[in-house]
Amino acid sequence: MKKLKSSGLSKEEIIQAYQAILRGRRLDERLWQLTRIGKTSFNISGQGAEVAQVAMALAFEPEKDYFLPYYRDMTACLVWGMTPKDIILGSFGKEDDPSSHGRQMPNHYGSKEHNIVSHSSTVSTQMPLATGVAYAAQLENKDYVALTTTGEGSANQGEVQEAMNFAGVKKLPVIFVVENNDYAISVGSKEQYANKKMSERAAGYGFSGETVDGSDFTETYLAFVKAVKDARAGKGPALIEMMVSRLTSHSADDDHTIYRSKEELDTLKEKDPLLAFEKQLIDEGYMTKEEMQAMDKELKAEINKATDDAEAMLDPTPESLYEQVYAE
Amino acid sequence: MAQKTMIQAITEALDQEMEKDEKVMIFGEDVGKNGGVFRATAGLSDKYGDDRVSDTPLSESAIGGMAIGLSLQGFRPVPEIQFFGFVFEVMDSISGQMSRTRYRMGSTRNMPITIRSPFGGGVHTPELHSDNLEGLIAQSPGIKVVIPSNPYDAKGLLTSAIRDNDPVVFLEHMKLYRSFREEVPEEQYTVPLGKAAVTREGKDVSIITYGAMVREAIKAADQLEKDGISAEIIDLRTVSPLDIETIIASVEKTGRAVVVQEAQRQAGVGATVISEISQRAVLSLEAPVAFVAAPDTVFPFGLAENDWLPNANDIIEKVKNTVNF
Ligand SMILES: Cc1ncc(C[n+]2csc(CCOP(=O)(O)OP(=O)(O)O)c2C)c(N)n1
Ligand SMILES: [Mg+2]
Repeated sequence: MKKLKSSGLSKEEIIQAYQAILRGRRLDERLWQLTRIGKTSFNISGQGAEVAQVAMALAFEPEKDYFLPYYRDMTACLVWGMTPKDIILGSFGKEDDPSSHGRQMPNHYGSKEHNIVSHSSTVSTQMPLATGVAYAAQLENKDYVALTTTGEGSANQGEVQEAMNFAGVKKLPVIFVVENNDYAISVGSKEQYANKKMSERAAGYGFSGETVDGSDFTETYLAFVKAVKDARAGKGPALIEMMVSRLTSHSADDDHTIYRSKEELDTLKEKDPLLAFEKQLIDEGYMTKEEMQAMDKELKAEINKATDDAEAMLDPTPESLYEQVYAE
Repeated sequence: MAQKTMIQAITEALDQEMEKDEKVMIFGEDVGKNGGVFRATAGLSDKYGDDRVSDTPLSESAIGGMAIGLSLQGFRPVPEIQFFGFVFEVMDSISGQMSRTRYRMGSTRNMPITIRSPFGGGVHTPELHSDNLEGLIAQSPGIKVVIPSNPYDAKGLLTSAIRDNDPVVFLEHMKLYRSFREEVPEEQYTVPLGKAAVTREGKDVSIITYGAMVREAIKAADQLEKDGISAEIIDLRTVSPLDIETIIASVEKTGRAVVVQEAQRQAGVGATVISEISQRAVLSLEAPVAFVAAPDTVFPFGLAENDWLPNANDIIEKVKNTVNF
């Protein structure tokens, strides 16, 4: 793994990155817990992708850049500005849920305030939208960049090819990301595409593509820094494939023990990028185990409070279900 | 005979028809090893092999187009669309192509495709996952749209659909998958496509409906009976093309009609049923036709689902209005 120092980030920034990663993990654990005890109806989770997502998101300027995420991107959305409470409001489907006032499925993150666009459950449909957002930047000579993500299965929707082709033709400031966790629910990536690397597809659309090890913070971060710089400078789009793990079942409605072997399930924990990152932080002298534990304690308290605060908020009223259909 | 859920009846229909006809093949997302996200195809890839039961890339439009290509070469594809809300990704194959292939090719080709797909409200899957989109497909001549309301019909209708030489969209209401069991024969049998069922005979009013709303209609009819109102229930089973004769015969007998659908009011199957009644049976009517349907809004969040979905009480109210008109 590349040294953290070579990311060019300061010690403080690296520690903040770790905090964002750990916050994502702890919050996701809470969301699972809420579903298990029946307080929420659903969860789908980015456990195993947090290091990659933080490295990705930190390369952008959330005050002006746009994010069109998919359902696993909770940790990236936190870096973009959403709070744990915002996220939990969505899971509860509360009136104050910033994505949709409780209309959307959980994990369909959105926030007008933070330039995050909530997606349709139909996978990858966010991709051409991101191309459109980037087209607007080009037409109006603005210097924002659009980031959009999907999975390696969902990347095989026709829309993804159309979105990338269009962006290549117009040289738009959009960065397409595939979070490759080797599974689309139960279907392995070998059944999904024949290329060695999904990033090779970019060549077909006339822009650059790269595959990064998503558990390597520095490698991932630097790939995005370059892509963002190029996009902002008018050099056009990029496709970045991040190799990540899916540590959980696909979602709360899935049971991965049906299609993952026992050996694979047993070794999953060892492949946890969070643990590798913690080891790296210690080895490279950024943090001690005790400092990590103290941070963990603070985060757990933060998430407990966010849960209580969110749960105490109002549900949308039945009458309000006639709203948000047309402009008033 | 054994008691089976609707999902068990569906699996059995698939299994037996695959056994009988080696041209039948199943493909879709997660239908192989995983046996489908609702387990409708559980065990079938082990039994029939990867060529006949296969996982596809996550590409609905290719699933639909490939089904057409395979049909041209004599296969009987039974593709699955994981949730019918994702049908928009495959609309061209369905409404733009497979429904018109016979017409375009001088009837020289069959399109024996059965697209299976779960849908429907009441199980807390918001928005697209729950949408009732049968009306979209019903607007395409050349394709049949079948919606079973119970395990017995599900097995017989699915067997007919697979054997049919025209494309069929076979919609499986998620709430019905496991909510009750009934007697389903072990052996193969068919229930005809394009034929409604008289689920219950009655003389005062005809409740015309399909899918999960048949269960609500039965609850309503039980209650109405206690109040001295005898309701006939017509289960459409095939919503396109409609069995207009059965509908009209019932309305002419009872003189009153309450049409019930789970889908939003506008431009759906119910509106067509009402239109046909008003054209053919208006002189038999003692009261205006009543319509129970969901509001014209997007399928709502979980908590509001019960307020939004039509139910037995809504049906009872409309029946009483009609009877007391
Ligand atoms: C068009 C469409 N088809 C099917 C689904 C159901 N579905 C939701 S997620 C998913 C698998 C996605 O896998 P992948 O793209 O690899 O992303 P991952 O979940 O692994 O991050 C499927 C099949 C859907 N939401 N949209
Ligand atoms: Mg995946």
